[in-house]
Amino acid sequence: MGKRLAHLMFPLAGTAIILLAWHYYVVLFHVPVVVLPKPWQVLQAIVQESRALAEEGWFTALECIYGFALALGIGIPIAVIMTYSRIANQMFYPLLVASQSIPKVAVAPILLVWFGTGIQSKLAMAFVIAFFPVVVDTATGLRSTSPELLELARSLQCTRLQTFFKIQLPSALPSIFSGAKIAVTLSVIGAVIGEFIGSNQGLGNLLLTANSQLNSPLVWASLVVLSVLGVILYGIVALAEKLLMPWADDVHLKH
Amino acid sequence: MSAGETGITADPKGTGQHSPFGRVANVTKTFIAAGQQVPAVKDVSFHFRKGDLISLLGPSGCGKTTILKMMGGLIPASSGLLQLDENTIEGPYPGVGVVFQAPTLMPWRSVLANVLFPMEVLGRNDGRAKARAHEILKLVGLDGFENAYPRQLSGGMQQRVALCRAIIHEPSILLMDEPFGALDELTRLEMNDLLLDLRRVTGATVLFVTHSISEAIYLSDKVVVFSKRPAVIVKEITIDIPYPRSSKTRFLPEFTELERQAGVALGIVH
Repeated sequence: MGKRLAHLMFPLAGTAIILLAWHYYVVLFHVPVVVLPKPWQVLQAIVQESRALAEEGWFTALECIYGFALALGIGIPIAVIMTYSRIANQMFYPLLVASQSIPKVAVAPILLVWFGTGIQSKLAMAFVIAFFPVVVDTATGLRSTSPELLELARSLQCTRLQTFFKIQLPSALPSIFSGAKIAVTLSVIGAVIGEFIGSNQGLGNLLLTANSQLNSPLVWASLVVLSVLGVILYGIVALAEKLLMPWADDVHLKH
Repeated sequence: MSAGETGITADPKGTGQHSPFGRVANVTKTFIAAGQQVPAVKDVSFHFRKGDLISLLGPSGCGKTTILKMMGGLIPASSGLLQLDENTIEGPYPGVGVVFQAPTLMPWRSVLANVLFPMEVLGRNDGRAKARAHEILKLVGLDGFENAYPRQLSGGMQQRVALCRAIIHEPSILLMDEPFGALDELTRLEMNDLLLDLRRVTGATVLFVTHSISEAIYLSDKVVVFSKRPAVIVKEITIDIPYPRSSKTRFLPEFTELERQAGVALGIVH
């Protein structure tokens, strides 16, 4: 219990220190609200605009979730194909790596042309940016299956499907999840980039609008909600990891 | 091919004691590496009876493991013949149990599910299989740990689970590749006795790869000593110290004499 309290107390204390520093910096140096609002003004904006923030936040969340789901749904099968087909790997892996040197922001206008200003172009952007870590980490995980386990499978004459589903896929699960955790965070970035380039909805759009109206508290409020969104999405993936991989929990009862 | 259909069959050196149960005849293995022919095993011949525990003793990396893999049908021999129970080994067959140096358990499966893995793949994962799994886990002192995950266990305990996994489907032959090499000395001695117990109860035939002279002698009916790569048999030593063996065995004069003989064969004692 004491440990749990400490786990909660320290981050809260840290946050409090930063907020106090922020507050007194604004007060002591007479920083205008447009440049930097006080923490409580941001909080006020969150409360006052809670409806808009929730609605736009939900829209952005959907973009992230769809884009992330797409990244998993397309990225994992591609990683599987590239792991099992040397030809596919040789044909497409260099291209895949090369495509990552393209700044993602530069792709956004193209996606806008292709998919319009609706939710599609945003989730496409989230997908484009979240896709790569999923593919790379899944492929790494699949390749790092213990050779002895594969030998065991061979000696028991496992079919390819048995070997894949009973050995390789579960072996790769930790890697897949580490890719997924990066991907879900990146999907938020992707969604906001998409909204910046062209959208009349979402937190990114709200932030831009507030900025153009010099409504700094709302800009900061949008930022706070965005970060909360990122944390929640990450938390969901981390929770899924815990549920799907209970064996990875840190419990030891060594003798 | 298997020793018996259900339960643990006590059949120490029962049937076929006089005709060779397993045979390795003039086996050579050459690997191709970077366009070069690299001989790993050269003209190796030995045989063993059902229920024998045979150690393949030799320096690290000499090709003992290659022989083991050929015996398991995991890699083909370049020339020569490998036979088990009058069948020629041409590829993997389910009558094999393998134990590696590392436990190589599946971390996502409980101890029980790890042990039952071969039965699952072979389509024999029924109530009897479960009962047998419980039985052999108890035999190795792991009753009560059925639902633990491998990472909750120590290295020695994990290797005991691996041992159970290797014998659950009552294989005709147990192939062990330096299975206790990664364990500390005390655990290793304990595991030696455990293996002998398991062998006594199950009547399993075991090929055991090791580079420890005393381990080879302590465990085996026969020790086959190999040279450095490519593996060539330099000596076969029959160990006629009667079973059951115990810690006292290690201090018998004949034990020490056998150790000396093996050391001379390996070229480390003059």
